[in-house]
Amino acid sequence: MATRSNILVCGGTGCLASESDKVIKNLELIIKARGYENEARVIRTGCFGFCEKGPIVKIEPDNVFYVMVGPKDAKDIVDEHIIKGRTVDRLLYREPKANEIINRQEDMPFYKKQLRVALRNCGLINPEDILEYIAFGGYEALGKALTSMTRDQVVDEVKRSGLRGRGGGGFPTGIKWEVTKKQDDNEKFIICNADEGDPGAFMDRSILEGDPHSVIEAMAIGGYAIGASKGIIYIRAEYPLAISRLNTALNQAREQGLLGKNIFGSDFSFDINIKYGAGAFVCGEETALINSCTGKRGEPNYKPPYPAEKGYWGHPTCVNNVETFANIPQIITRGADWFASIGTEKSKGTKVFALAGKVKNVGLVEVPMGITFREIIFDIGGGIQGGRKFKAVQTGGPSGGVITEQYLDTPIDYDSLISIGSMMGSGGMIVMDETDNMVKIAKFYLEFTMDESCGRCTPCRIGTKRMYEILDKITSGKGTMADIDALKQLAYMVKGSSLCGLGQTAPNPVISTLKHFWEEYMAFIKDVDNPRGEGRHIAKNKIKFATEK
Amino acid sequence: MTKPHEIDVYEPVEGELPKEKFDELEAFINSLESTDGALIEILHKAQNLFGYLPRDVQLFVARKLGIPGAEVFGVVSFYSYFTTEPRGKHTISVCMGTACFVRGSDKILEKLKEKLQVQVNEITEDGLFTLKDIRCVGACGLAPVIMIDDKVYGRVKEEELDGILDTYR
Ligand SMILES: Cc1cc2nc3c(=O)[nH]c(=O)nc-3n(C[C@H](O)[C@H](O)[C@H](O)COP(=O)(O)O)c2cc1C
Ligand code: FES
Repeated sequence: MATRSNILVCGGTGCLASESDKVIKNLELIIKARGYENEARVIRTGCFGFCEKGPIVKIEPDNVFYVMVGPKDAKDIVDEHIIKGRTVDRLLYREPKANEIINRQEDMPFYKKQLRVALRNCGLINPEDILEYIAFGGYEALGKALTSMTRDQVVDEVKRSGLRGRGGGGFPTGIKWEVTKKQDDNEKFIICNADEGDPGAFMDRSILEGDPHSVIEAMAIGGYAIGASKGIIYIRAEYPLAISRLNTALNQAREQGLLGKNIFGSDFSFDINIKYGAGAFVCGEETALINSCTGKRGEPNYKPPYPAEKGYWGHPTCVNNVETFANIPQIITRGADWFASIGTEKSKGTKVFALAGKVKNVGLVEVPMGITFREIIFDIGGGIQGGRKFKAVQTGGPSGGVITEQYLDTPIDYDSLISIGSMMGSGGMIVMDETDNMVKIAKFYLEFTMDESCGRCTPCRIGTKRMYEILDKITSGKGTMADIDALKQLAYMVKGSSLCGLGQTAPNPVISTLKHFWEEYMAFIKDVDNPRGEGRHIAKNKIKFATEK
Repeated sequence: MTKPHEIDVYEPVEGELPKEKFDELEAFINSLESTDGALIEILHKAQNLFGYLPRDVQLFVARKLGIPGAEVFGVVSFYSYFTTEPRGKHTISVCMGTACFVRGSDKILEKLKEKLQVQVNEITEDGLFTLKDIRCVGACGLAPVIMIDDKVYGRVKEEELDGILDTYR
């Protein structure tokens, strides 16, 4: 039944925490009380991204965007907006710089520079209704792939699009599919990595909560391409809402015959199982994830063999990240050339970032590759909270490094971030201001990796612990120059000799803060100027390190 | 394909764990198509039922699946989501993800330790609360965040803690 107005209310975890479920309930009650059930409908959507100003309510087709809506505001929204057609000015977004009211989403600075591909349906559709997904072109890509494309053509399309893995590594997705497809085995698997371990990042969660079908559709397309009839979604147990929406979506897809036997009348059959994580960061690493899927301790294996050759129960397995998958349906329907026209030469398409920390507009943003940090933090993010000064931004979570003011104008892509000493990671972006102490931040990240080290290899198990102890000593004011030197040596040792990506990247926050915020380390050290102290031999070393670029 | 073992003896050592829960767990395991690779799933179910995974429950699962108890314990101890200690009536989880950390969640955690007189992963004397630290609940926009059971509290201030705790007392 078509209604005159649709009231879209964000039902993502962030907005739910600020009582958006009560907003929904009140809206429904009041609409009913006024007898407007046939005129207006309340739809619970996924995350709009603008979490800072949540709960978000958007009225369609009027295209009016309300922010920070409380349960009590439901009355005005119905009585004023829906019934009398007057916008409720006090709930509109006020742009802080010019202090002007903006009522259309696309005019807001937060959205202006964004381009939504992976998040295209988040905040637009009801994620618990497959028909809405289908109404917005959902499952068209799967239909197209199964009825008019060969498996090679699908792989080729993804290859030509230039899509690279969004889980952190940035490996070209088309090539991964091609390698898995080539393996000679009757049984293959496709796995969606929804472990999202980077603390402070919530891209994958928002996609699964807001648009679960996009991932399911993409997994089916991938399964067809590589020759897998079984898919697995490995998701953190800490994401109950995403899990429940995924289950709903899977059941609806089965009912509609979009999963199961002979999909779209083809000879392709496919279904998906969910496996739950149990709180171990290392399980985001693909070989550890596969071990965990088989019910074992989630310890990583040495690579090669890669999962594409020997993965789940020894069969060829393709592991891709949630956001990587969310791009696939669009690539198939709109074509590789369209996708490749977005972004930079070597990093195509868009990237979703979870912008958090000391920035004004915390939230989820999707931007074309090649945008600069300045644009994200100052234009989209609205600058630093409380008028304080920007100090640094960390990308890549505990595996990444800090990016300082001098690099704010670097166009963001996989390669540029590595060249400035950080990495893309999965999309966490934590902004720090002048009041943050970078040594403590490094210690925070190291505490995380130390806790999460699985213990399988010695450099990571013991190295991260020793590094943490040294940082603890330094931040409590007892450190010496010798400690700094030991820290530096350990950092390179752990980086060079650990078994998996966790250990190999764990020292990055320390290395990058030592490089960019040397003076903050020195501020903790008492014997810097004391050549008789323990650090006597080390001082030279320090000079060499501080000046090397 | 491995099928669950038939076992008819189960002797809870402490005798405190309800037999119905064991029956329910057994029924769940029997309902699985195959127990290959299902250990984590089974442990999730067991923790849901009992609230935690004491030795007896671990042994029960091990016997049922025909695997060594050490293997079960190896998995339980590996994953931080599994706990071998009973939990308080309510679980307070303080987010120590990066977004919350830079907005001061470490201070919230310290305050809670002080107020409840417990350390992380301990249970208060009255058995009402267990204090935990977790990494990111995905509500970073509301940092600092704490969660009590399934309810998320955002932009938490130290002064508000007493009020929040009181609603559970
Ligand atoms: C310690 C560690 C943690 C990781 N955590 C995640 C994660 O949470 N989510 C994810 O998608 N990939 C994670 N990865 C990357 C995966 O190993 C793998 O590269 C990725 O899932 C492949 O998918 P993609 O090619 O689509 O990015 C992690 C890697 C390492 C070394
Ligand atoms: S870091 Fe606390 S909710 Fe994400």
